[in-house]
Amino acid sequence: MKFGIVVFPGSNCDADVKHVVERVLGFKADYLWHKDKSVKGYDCIILPGGFSYGDYLREGAIARFSPIMEAVTDYALKGGLVLGICNGFQILLEAGLLSGAMRKNDSLQFRCHDTYLRVENEKTPYTCLCSPGEVLKIPIAHAAGNYYVDENTLKELEESGQVIFRYCGPTGEVTPQYNPNGSLNNIAGITNRDGNILGMMPHPERCAEEIMSGVDGRKIFESIVFWLKERC
Amino acid sequence: MKSETWKEMGLRKNEYELIKKILGREPNYLELGMFAVMWSEHCSYKNSKKALKMFPTKGERVICGPGENAGAVDIGNGKAVVFKVESHNHPSAIEPFQGAATGVGGIIRDILCMGARPIALLNSLRFGRLDSPRVRYLFNGVVSGIAWYGNCMGIPTVGGEVYFNKSYEGNPLVNAMCIGILNRDDLTRGKAEGVGNPVMLVGARTGRDGIHGATFASEELSSESESKRPSVQVGDPFMEKLLLEACLEVTRAGYIVGMQDLGAAGITGATSETASRAGLGMEIDVNRVPLREKGMTPYEIMLSESQERMLVIPQKGKEKEVEKVFKKWDLEAVVIGYVTSDGILRVKNGSKVEAEIPARALTEMCPVYSPEKKEPSYLKEAESFDWRKLPIPEDMNKVLIDLLSSPSIASKEWVYRQYDHMVRINTAVRPGSDAAVLRIKGTNKAIAASMDGNGKYCYLDPRMGGSIAVAEAARNVVCAGARPIALTDCLNFGNPEKPEIYWQFEQVIKGMSEAAEALGTPVISGNVSFYNESERGAIYPTPIVGMVGLIEDISHIRSQGFKEEGDLIFLLGKTEPELGASMYLEVVHGLETGRVPVLDLKKEKAVQDLCLEAIRTNLIKSAHDCSEGGLAVALAESCISGNIGADINLVKENLELPELLFGETQSRIIVTVDKNKKEDMLSLAEKFGVPTSLIGEVGGRELKIKVSEFSDEIINLSIAKMEKAWRGAIECLML
Repeated sequence: MKFGIVVFPGSNCDADVKHVVERVLGFKADYLWHKDKSVKGYDCIILPGGFSYGDYLREGAIARFSPIMEAVTDYALKGGLVLGICNGFQILLEAGLLSGAMRKNDSLQFRCHDTYLRVENEKTPYTCLCSPGEVLKIPIAHAAGNYYVDENTLKELEESGQVIFRYCGPTGEVTPQYNPNGSLNNIAGITNRDGNILGMMPHPERCAEEIMSGVDGRKIFESIVFWLKERC
Repeated sequence: MKSETWKEMGLRKNEYELIKKILGREPNYLELGMFAVMWSEHCSYKNSKKALKMFPTKGERVICGPGENAGAVDIGNGKAVVFKVESHNHPSAIEPFQGAATGVGGIIRDILCMGARPIALLNSLRFGRLDSPRVRYLFNGVVSGIAWYGNCMGIPTVGGEVYFNKSYEGNPLVNAMCIGILNRDDLTRGKAEGVGNPVMLVGARTGRDGIHGATFASEELSSESESKRPSVQVGDPFMEKLLLEACLEVTRAGYIVGMQDLGAAGITGATSETASRAGLGMEIDVNRVPLREKGMTPYEIMLSESQERMLVIPQKGKEKEVEKVFKKWDLEAVVIGYVTSDGILRVKNGSKVEAEIPARALTEMCPVYSPEKKEPSYLKEAESFDWRKLPIPEDMNKVLIDLLSSPSIASKEWVYRQYDHMVRINTAVRPGSDAAVLRIKGTNKAIAASMDGNGKYCYLDPRMGGSIAVAEAARNVVCAGARPIALTDCLNFGNPEKPEIYWQFEQVIKGMSEAAEALGTPVISGNVSFYNESERGAIYPTPIVGMVGLIEDISHIRSQGFKEEGDLIFLLGKTEPELGASMYLEVVHGLETGRVPVLDLKKEKAVQDLCLEAIRTNLIKSAHDCSEGGLAVALAESCISGNIGADINLVKENLELPELLFGETQSRIIVTVDKNKKEDMLSLAEKFGVPTSLIGEVGGRELKIKVSEFSDEIINLSIAKMEKAWRGAIECLML
């Protein structure tokens, strides 16, 4: 099993994802350069967090035009697993692989702290080892995680189970108090209709080892591995 | 040339005469400008050099100390950590966002040019009081500037400290520290070795920003400072991120002989310093420097402080390889000259020679001064101050809440939640504890880092205050389970040409040196920032100590929060009748005076050794230093951080209540121990000769403090109430 991690100029969580895939999960991971034109031979592509192109113009707006994004799009549309974390999520939105857009946090400040996430759909490649409604503690670190989408699409996302994670309290209560950025319906992560593309603002790679104050993030990576093995 | 040009550039008459003597002729305008920046206080340390010699700088772990871009210490496993702190006070006073951001950018490049991967940032900030709108603007700007730069770089900002005091109202302090890690063998020096080796300028293009920034940093702030805004550089963290990756790539590939960042004094600084360190010369052509705009003069090019640039000296013949790596990262890398044997820094513009100065003259030959010194008169008055004449408040609950919600003590969550403090996944103890802890991947080790410095103590007793700054920083990393190994310092003072200021400066260094010696923590790098004065006067003398400690085994990592119901709470060390210079006097009575607590370095060392041994033998479950606000504040913080209460019983003895609860006696640590290990703790403490007392037990949802002689609880506060006061205070003021 092999993971591909796309490195854009300004990506800065690429090494963290690689560490978790290789040292924690024990699988192979390669960096894929943004100027490459192929993602062949990988079982899962991860767009890591960071500040691709310095967030200039708008988060993810320039990275989506990177040569590799064409290959990633092809790969995703053929059902390949693509996970976008934080800036990776923003790039997926800009690339049109996921619906909606990101606005600046309602606080207009960068926010870095733990959040609780309620798993809203455990039947995806990314959550298949979670139980329904399970609460995960995973940190955020972003300035633009205020998810927005038009009313009709929101309805569609909700009805078809594409909302995967929602910010919540320690026992799963979804209230505005626990919304760190103003996102609609406390949305922290969504998939496309087929469920093979996930975008999430929180960083699962930051809580995959005991020493990093929590291991809930490991569940996301282990779910991917489990899903890929089962499918074979 | 106009005869007074040297004066306008900030040079003194004797300095101008010396320049003429060195050159054997009149300097031209460019040469004079180059001397002026290199001989500014900021670059030359001409007023501080002599005093700085007091610092102990050697130790068995020290690989390189002061004089390089940053200091380096061995941590075993073939690895070294590199660190340094630097100030960006003046720029931040007039343009807080860019001033602070470029301060972060600059210190990152200092670490980078040692060949190290930067793994953590910390910062120490001082502002006036938050009730002033101007202060809130500065505070907000500085914090967002730091966040913007560090977050984009993907280097976590893991710790630091913030104090608010009116002495900093006109002149805030922004001290940024960076820590890097590398394999010992990869250490790079800022040396231009090898005659004939090419000299390359890499990274951003050179523009007109920051010209004479170093000179500006060497004067007092005034109402005209606003007009110096063009002296403040503008940062681009995205560019620096690319520069970082490219520089590390060429270093690891083994192409590089020397590397130096372009900070203060721009190309002039980097070329003369690298040449001078190697005892060689350099010839460069300003015509080859990639420019941001047309029509820049050699003067502007040589003095520009445009950010995100590095000087790289590769081996001859590796220029193409270096260029290729930079091109991969979409960056420019241009050969601008080569290393020569004649010791001269020669600046050409095509074929025309624009400047010819011995490189050493710029870096080594600036006159060194011993400014006049005089003990300030206010000290006597402070020393004789007797707090016992003041009324003692009835309600100690209120006093504790007032202290917890005073901005200097209150939680700094409003600050650090704006910083990405987790990226690179090493942060084992996050901001908010005594010290930040970073695991070292590929080993079983971790490092702890803390920044400290109490300006009020140093104002009231510079020598003691200097010692306390070092001791407290060391104590903080000890509480995290680390053995302190070395320190970096940033010395922020007023105008050294004033005898009282210089006296403070020398006394502080004396005190710091004594403590560094006693605690075995050599000074491996540092920075001096003078002229921190505005129309309101000088700031408190403020030395900031950045301490790094080594944790040999990650199972020894500790934090300040109480852990488990039933754990026993011990106080290592003994509370003395001391209340001078305390936060209690400041918050309750609005007084900043009195005798500073006495630090006994032998006692300090014993307490630190005891705490470390008790952590290593797995006795101690949590540890927290008693500092500003005293025992009661420290207990409250441990309750809040651990989200569990405590029942405390104190013996009054010869102490007054405020001394017992809020006195800031040094060399004290609050620790918790499993309930079955009481005797183990006491006998270990006896072995180390540290007076240690069992003061209570962890449990419940309140902090309750009983004191002998009083039948009622003196303190009874719920965690919720304390947390609201402590966590919400700064946010509330910044709304």
